[in-house]
Amino acid sequence: MRATVLVRPKPGILDPQGQAVESSLRHLGFDVGGARVGRLVDVEVATEDRADAIEQLNRMCEQLLANPLIESYAIQLHPDPAGSGA
Amino acid sequence: MNEPRPLIAVVVFPGSNDDRDAQLALERLGATARRVWHTERELPEATAAVVFPGGFSFGDYLRCGAIARFSPVLKSVTAFAAEGGPVLGICNGFQVLTEAGLLPGALRPNASLSFVCRDVPLTVTRTDTPFTSRCSDGQTLTIPIKHGEGCWFADDGLLAHLESTGQIALRYAPGANPNGALADVAGVTNEARNVFGLMPHPEHAVDPLLGSTDGALILGSLVDTARLSLAAFV
Repeated sequence: MRATVLVRPKPGILDPQGQAVESSLRHLGFDVGGARVGRLVDVEVATEDRADAIEQLNRMCEQLLANPLIESYAIQLHPDPAGSGA
Repeated sequence: MNEPRPLIAVVVFPGSNDDRDAQLALERLGATARRVWHTERELPEATAAVVFPGGFSFGDYLRCGAIARFSPVLKSVTAFAAEGGPVLGICNGFQVLTEAGLLPGALRPNASLSFVCRDVPLTVTRTDTPFTSRCSDGQTLTIPIKHGEGCWFADDGLLAHLESTGQIALRYAPGANPNGALADVAGVTNEARNVFGLMPHPEHAVDPLLGSTDGALILGSLVDTARLSLAAFV
């Protein structure tokens, strides 16, 4: 089962990358009120059981993919094996 | 003087690059320093202290230090630390120790987003640790930093806890915070004070030719501690 994990800096955590992106977007003339930069991890989990996949992905995030002190995460499951997650 | 030379293990990961500097500095300060490859399962016999050097372990993939904590040697080092053995993490070594859960907090990208490489003034705030025993309370040290992700962070509850337990042993001097670290934190210990991580590089400040010898106070303190544990073995 394919999944996408989105890792974000927690609210209130200083995100200098996001600030740089926000400032650059303004330079391009876009009217933006904020930008935060996180990380995206596509994972193929070797199970077809949704609950099992989510349980495993939660553990992956807690143990490695995110640092719970500074990052939050969100898990998206893609039921279609060919799905790109787009 | 023929003082005994305690054995200090310097752990080397793929991407470590200050291991030889750390080894040289520790040797000059009276230790026998041995570089230990990260796939080793055991620390050398009679290891009296462990140093995690600076560098870019595993290319800093995912997060700095996040991958290194899975190296086989970490199990031995964790057990060594649990028994009270002194463990020092410098720069990337500090990042590895926080990711491994041996030290509190996390290191984030510098607030400036710039890699900063220069001498910084530091204030010693605890001298009752194995890493600062040669310093005097409130002493200012000049030691270089060189990092892109040294912005130490803890949430409010954790910071208050660390302040109350006195685990913040080293701070950037007032007005000299180079990376946006919370509460000017440059180095923290664990609660038992036998594990210490800092972003500045004491191994680069042990020779007057390089401008400062203040780093020798940190590493010399560690050699003193290691020598004491050696005496305890005999």
